[in-house]
Amino acid sequence: MTGPALFLLLAGLGAIAWVSARARALRLQTVARETGRRDAVHSLPGYHGWYVALWTLAPAVLFLAVWANIAPGLVTQAVLADPAAQSLPMDDFSRSAILGEARSIATGAQAGAFNPLAQGLVEPYRAAISKYGVAGAVLAIVLAFAGGAYAFTRVRPDFRARTRVERLVMATLLIASLLAIVTTVGIVASLLWESFRFFSMVNPLDFLFGTKWSPQSAAMGYGNEDAFGAVPLFWGTIFIGAIIAMVVAIPLGLMSAIYLTQYAKPVVRKWMKPTLEMLAGVPTVVYGYFAALTIAPALRDFAVMIGIHGASSESALAAGLVMGVMIIPFVSSMADDSIAAVPQSMRDGSLAMGATTSETIRKVLIPAALPGVVGGVLLAVSRAIGETMIVVMAAGLAANLTLNPFASVTTVTTQIVQLLTGDQEFDSAKTLAAFALGLVLFVVTLLLNIVALRVVKKYREAYE
Amino acid sequence: MTEPTNPLAIANPKMSARDVKVFYGAKQAIKGVSIDVDMDNVTAFIGPSGCGKSTFLRTLNRMNDTVASARVEGTITLDGEDIYSPSMDVVQLRARVGMVFQKPNPFPKSIYENIAYGPRIHGLAHAKADLDVVVEKSLRRAGLWDEVKDRLHDSGTALSGGQQQRLCIGRAIAVEPEVILMDEPCSALDPIATAKIEELIHELRGRYAIVIVTHNMQQAARVSQRTAFFHLGDLVEYGVTGDIFTNPTQERTKDYITGRYG
Ligand SMILES: Nc1ncnc2c1ncn2[C@@H]1O[C@H](COP(=O)(O)OP(=O)(O)O)[C@@H](O)[C@H]1O
Ligand SMILES: [Mg+2]
Repeated sequence: MTGPALFLLLAGLGAIAWVSARARALRLQTVARETGRRDAVHSLPGYHGWYVALWTLAPAVLFLAVWANIAPGLVTQAVLADPAAQSLPMDDFSRSAILGEARSIATGAQAGAFNPLAQGLVEPYRAAISKYGVAGAVLAIVLAFAGGAYAFTRVRPDFRARTRVERLVMATLLIASLLAIVTTVGIVASLLWESFRFFSMVNPLDFLFGTKWSPQSAAMGYGNEDAFGAVPLFWGTIFIGAIIAMVVAIPLGLMSAIYLTQYAKPVVRKWMKPTLEMLAGVPTVVYGYFAALTIAPALRDFAVMIGIHGASSESALAAGLVMGVMIIPFVSSMADDSIAAVPQSMRDGSLAMGATTSETIRKVLIPAALPGVVGGVLLAVSRAIGETMIVVMAAGLAANLTLNPFASVTTVTTQIVQLLTGDQEFDSAKTLAAFALGLVLFVVTLLLNIVALRVVKKYREAYE
Repeated sequence: MTEPTNPLAIANPKMSARDVKVFYGAKQAIKGVSIDVDMDNVTAFIGPSGCGKSTFLRTLNRMNDTVASARVEGTITLDGEDIYSPSMDVVQLRARVGMVFQKPNPFPKSIYENIAYGPRIHGLAHAKADLDVVVEKSLRRAGLWDEVKDRLHDSGTALSGGQQQRLCIGRAIAVEPEVILMDEPCSALDPIATAKIEELIHELRGRYAIVIVTHNMQQAARVSQRTAFFHLGDLVEYGVTGDIFTNPTQERTKDYITGRYG
């Protein structure tokens, strides 16, 4: 039996279980209500329906999930037990290659065999696959009927189906959230582990404070010293994400927030705010090629024109400017929220003293909103330093330690991409360096987020 | 419906309103109020909640300008000068007519900076020494100096509610206003803090024209010499406080005073 057919069949069984259990509960409860006391009836009939449907489906689906994992092993065993498998070579590698080929042909993923031995195993494979497939399907259906029947017999007017369904819903939600946490923990653990391996090859101090970055030379066998000094990367990241981008994003974001909260008429605000926030929805790759193809060449030409040396067609400035634009909606919506959270009475108090609107904004609203704005800026910085696409496309690969914004610099994220694309062995310091960089980025971003959220929260409390 | 009584005839009113109407969009909140406020007396506005006391008070320093839907008709003068005329600078007006709000609203700055805020924006004091003098004088007048003189640089928001409200009064005083408008200044305070504010109002009387909105009739009786009773956007009766409370001429005033509504 094929997968989709089985799925449809189970779904159908579930639906039948729901409908019939609900009908039965309704009927029993109608009777009970006429004769019994008020507590003779517990859950709404729909809950009975769900209860029985879940009992029909859950065991079967769980069984299929387990079966999908053990069936291939059983199939292989069956094939190996076949007389045709006696002639297989003994060494594991060629053996599994032949088995793999036979399986591909049997499932139709491959047309013909390269290895004549594989051809002989196709039929046993086919037979075993279909045998275990049918067995799995039959077992699943039996389970569905058994579960459904068990649950169906429990349908009584006063059966607490609602409690059980609610409990199951809660358990499902809990598992879903645990899944996200477990995944994150797993990612962090792997990051830590690979970084640990890297630091067993390269001194952490050399990595954190070294100023020369040339992982290629390490890969070519010149040794690991002096090849993994990440300071130029850190500097490039800070230069682009925390300096140039913020020089653009903070004033523009703040000013647009002030305009939107203090000056804009409600109608203007109503269309302008979403429009501004749309900037955040532009895919970063679009910003990336805008930076690389439009801004960067223009900046280089400009730099050459005014006679700046070392101007490159990939520059910190191009990447930083575009990143700044990308971050504007971030800063402005955080600032907007913070300013809006300053109580109206503060504003009235200042205006009633004879302060003008702009004095009120400068001397009362912004100072009062400052913690929130700072929190927003920190979040924006953490976003900017983790941003990859724009810098990959526009900032360049040269690990320069320079203050010249027209020069090419590289960033942590760019180098991670660089280290992990193309050929790689998983044991070399060059590849593992990507994990160490990732770890640094993760730690910094995490700290920024924690600090930012604390600042914002403190500030919120101040006005509640 | 009885005709509103004539406003008290005052020879030289500090502020004077004639046939003032206020609308919020299409809704009329004040239906033609005429009243004179003088320098030597504290004037109380009383009336049930929603009758337009705050709205009318806010017309006196044009705080209604900050409400987009609000529209004011009629004339209001300060020392005979129309405050709604185009030649009137609203910044100057508000320096002359200060305001204290229902809920204490000190700025999230130090006590010192709260007081210095007004003098700074109006350029009344530049040197630090001048500013220090203004701050001390204002805090003394607001009856707060002794309590805060050792912690002028602590945050104003860390004070108790009553102290915050006196800080707000001090803040208003610091720009040397001629009129101080108070909108239910004690409604968020406990009885002891309320008593201190009332005492302060007594002390400030004569130096500033004071208009206080209150829904507490005992308070109006205690602090004011003139009382205006508002009802549903009308000024029903205006007179000497003692007369209003003991001998109201209008039926509606009588009902309110005796607690029939409000
Ligand atoms: N900003 C506003 N927009 C619309 N209507 C308002 C506004 N402020 C007050 N009002 C209305 O005006 C009337 C008078 O309100 P208010 O002056 O606050 O009364 P009071 O201070 O006497 O309680 C009320 O009906 C109130 O709903
Ligand atoms: Mg009011």
